[in-house]
Amino acid sequence: MNHELIPLFVAIPLGSAFIVSLLGKKLRGFADTFSNLATFSLFSLSLLSFLLTKRLGTIVYKVGGWIPPIGICMVLDSLTSFMLVTINLVAFLATIYSISYMEKYTAKWKFYTLFLLMLAGMDGVIVTGDMFNLFVFLEIGAISSYALVAFGVEHEELEASFKYTVMGSIASSFILLGIALLYSYTSSLNMADISRTLAQRGNGQIVFFVSVLFLMGFGLKAALVPFHAWLPDAHPSAPAPISAMLSGVLIKALGVYALARIFFNVLGMTATTSSILMVLGTASMIIGGLLALGQEDIKRLFAYSSISQIGYVVFGIGMGTTFGILAGLFHLFNHATFKSLLFLNSGSIEYATGTRDLRKMGGLTSKMPVTGYSSLVGSLSISGVPPLNGFWSKLLIILAAIEAKHFIFASIAVLVSILTLVYYLKVQRLAFFGELKDSLRGIKEVPLTMKLSMIVLSIICIFGGLLLIPGIQKNFLNLATEVLANGTNYAQTIFGSIK
Amino acid sequence: MANKPFNSDKQGMTLIVKTITRLTVGLILLYGIYIVLHGHLSPGGGFAGGVIIALSFIHLMLAFGKDLALKKLSESLASFFESFGAIMFLTIALLGFMGGYFFFNFIFKGKPFNLFSAGIIPLCNIAICFKVGAGLFAVFVALILLKITVKKE
Amino acid sequence: MIYLMCLILFCVGIYCILVKKNLIKIIIGIGIVEYAVNLFFILVGYRVQGRAPILAKEQVVQNMVDPLPQALVLTAIVIGLAVTALIVAIAMRIYEKYGTFDITKIRRLKG
Repeated sequence: MNHELIPLFVAIPLGSAFIVSLLGKKLRGFADTFSNLATFSLFSLSLLSFLLTKRLGTIVYKVGGWIPPIGICMVLDSLTSFMLVTINLVAFLATIYSISYMEKYTAKWKFYTLFLLMLAGMDGVIVTGDMFNLFVFLEIGAISSYALVAFGVEHEELEASFKYTVMGSIASSFILLGIALLYSYTSSLNMADISRTLAQRGNGQIVFFVSVLFLMGFGLKAALVPFHAWLPDAHPSAPAPISAMLSGVLIKALGVYALARIFFNVLGMTATTSSILMVLGTASMIIGGLLALGQEDIKRLFAYSSISQIGYVVFGIGMGTTFGILAGLFHLFNHATFKSLLFLNSGSIEYATGTRDLRKMGGLTSKMPVTGYSSLVGSLSISGVPPLNGFWSKLLIILAAIEAKHFIFASIAVLVSILTLVYYLKVQRLAFFGELKDSLRGIKEVPLTMKLSMIVLSIICIFGGLLLIPGIQKNFLNLATEVLANGTNYAQTIFGSIK
Repeated sequence: MANKPFNSDKQGMTLIVKTITRLTVGLILLYGIYIVLHGHLSPGGGFAGGVIIALSFIHLMLAFGKDLALKKLSESLASFFESFGAIMFLTIALLGFMGGYFFFNFIFKGKPFNLFSAGIIPLCNIAICFKVGAGLFAVFVALILLKITVKKE
Repeated sequence: MIYLMCLILFCVGIYCILVKKNLIKIIIGIGIVEYAVNLFFILVGYRVQGRAPILAKEQVVQNMVDPLPQALVLTAIVIGLAVTALIVAIAMRIYEKYGTFDITKIRRLKG
C-alpha cells in the first residue's frame, strides 16, 4: 500500500459523487451517510499520505504505466500532503455540518453530488504533475462551485453566480492561453520537463508574457486585488458549508497553491515576479481590510476579510525567502481553520435567527453558547491575539518581512492587523454581546452535528500554535517549505524518483 | 404554431418534417454508434459519437414535440445512464488499478487497425458515449421544461 | 500573422463581454473567447507540409501535424460546453426571477 494511494484521492470523490447521484434520490439518508463516509476516508488517507512522504520522500506515480514526459504523472511530495490534509479536514467537517444545515434546502442529494465533484477537482489540482491535467481539474472544481453558489435559487444568489461564472471563465481562458504558449515554447506538458527545458534554453520574452497571463488567471481564482470583485458577491450567497469550503480551501487550492507551484517550481522565481506578488498581496491586505469596516451583512464582512488574509498569504509566499514561505504556508493552514469556523458560525446564526444583518442581532451568546464561544475563539484568532494560532502566523510574516528588509511592508502588515481586530470586535459586540432583542427571544441552539464541527475547529484554532514546536515543525511545515524553496530543482527530484 | 395547414397534431412541426424525421432518426443513431465503435481507428471517439447520439433524440423532440420524445427516453432514464456511464469509466480505470497502474491497458491488444484491438480504449469510448449522450439530452430536457414554466406566468 | 488574427478574435470577445448589456450577448461573448483560445491552440500544432495525424493500414508514415493539441482542444471544447449549459440555465432562472435580461436592472448586490 505504498504509492497506489495517490490515484485514490481522485477516484474516491469522483466515484462517490456519481454513486450518490444514482442512489441518493431513492434511499432516504443514503446521501448523508455515504458522502460523510467518503470525506472521512479521504481525510484518513491524507494523514496516511503525510506519513508516507516523511518515510519515502517524493513519490511519483505513472498513470497507466506510461513513463513521463510521455504520460501523465501524479506527484506526492510534502507540499502536496500538507495541502491535502488542510483540504480534507475542512471538507470532512463541512459535510458533518451540512447533515443538519441542508435540511432547509430541497434536493440534498444534488448538493452532495456537486460537493464531492468540487472536492475531486481540488484534490486533483493538488495531486497532479501535468499542466493540462491541472487545467482540467481546475475546471471541474470551478464549474461545480459556480453551480453550488446558485444552489438556493433566490434573486441574489443567481445574480452572484452569474457574475462569478463570467469572471471565472475569462480567467480560465487566460490560463488556457498561457498553457498553449508554454507548450509552443517548450513542446511538453509535464511540469518537471518544462522546468528542465526552461533551465536549458533560458527564459525568453514569451515566458514573461506567460507568467503575466498565469498571474491574471490564477490571481482571479485566488481573489488578489485587482481581480477580487466576484468574491464579496459569491461567498455570502452560497449556503454556509459551501461558503466555508469556498473561502477556506477553494481559493487556496485553485489559486494560491497553483501560483506557488508554477512560479516556484516550473517557471522560476525572479525578482520582478517576487515584487509583483508582494505589492499585490499588500494591496489585498489594505483594500480588503478597509472595505470590511463598513459592512452590515455578516457574511459579506467575512468575505472581505478573506481577501485581506489571502493578501497576507500571498505576501508571505511572494517574498521568496525560506522564512517567508514558511510563514505564508502556516498562515494558509490557519486561515483555512478559522475562516471556515467563522463561516460555519454565521451559518448557525442564520439557521437559528433567519437573518444575516448585524443590526438586527444582539446578545446571542446567552441563547447559543457554543456558537458564541467558538465565534469568540475564531475572531480573536484571526485578529492575531496570543496564544491562538493566528498570532503565531502573523508574527512570523512580520518577522520574515523585517528579516528581508521590507520595513514599509512590515509596518503595513501590523496596521492592517490592528484594523482586523477593530472590525472583528465590532462583529462580536453587535452580534453576540449586548442586549438580547425581543424578536430573538425564541431562538434555540443549533443541532448536534453543527455544534460538533464548530467545536472541533475551535480546538484546532486553540492548539494550532503547537505546530511551531521544533519537533513538530521540522516534520510538517519545514518539509513543505523545502519543496517550494527548492525552486527549479523540482525537475531533478521528479526525474530521480521515477521507478 | 397550431394554425398551419396539414398539421393534424397540436404539437411538433409540419407533416413534411415529421415524415423526413421518421426516415432519418434511425440512421443518425446508427452513424453515432459507428463513430463510437471505430474511435480507435478513425477520428471521433466517445465525445463526438455521444453528441451525435444525443442529437438524434433531440431531433425527435424538435420534430414531434416533447411528449413523444420523453416517452422514448424519460428524464430519469437519462439521469441513470449518465451516472452509469461515469461509474463504468471509473470501474475500468480501477480494474486496471488492481492489475498494475490506474488506467492500465490490461485487455489483450490484438493486431493494430482491426476493430477488436487496442485494449480498453473501445470500452472507455462506450462509457463516455453513454455519459455525454445522456448528459446532453438531460440538459436539453431541463432547459425545455424550465421554459414552459416561465411562459405560463 | 495568423496568430494575430486569433488575438483580434479574442479581443472582440472580451469587448463583447465588457460592453454589451444583454445577458445572452455576454454568454455569446464568452463563447467567442473560448473559440479564439481553442483556435490558437490548434494552430500551435501546425507543421509545414504536414498531413492529418491518422495512421491507416499499409501507409508510409510521412510528415504529420502535431496531434497532442488536437486531443487537448477536444477536452477544452467539452469544458466550454459545460460552462455554456450552466450559464444559460442560470440566465433563464434570472429571467424568471427578475423579469428582464438587462444587466443594468439586475443590481441588487451592492457595496
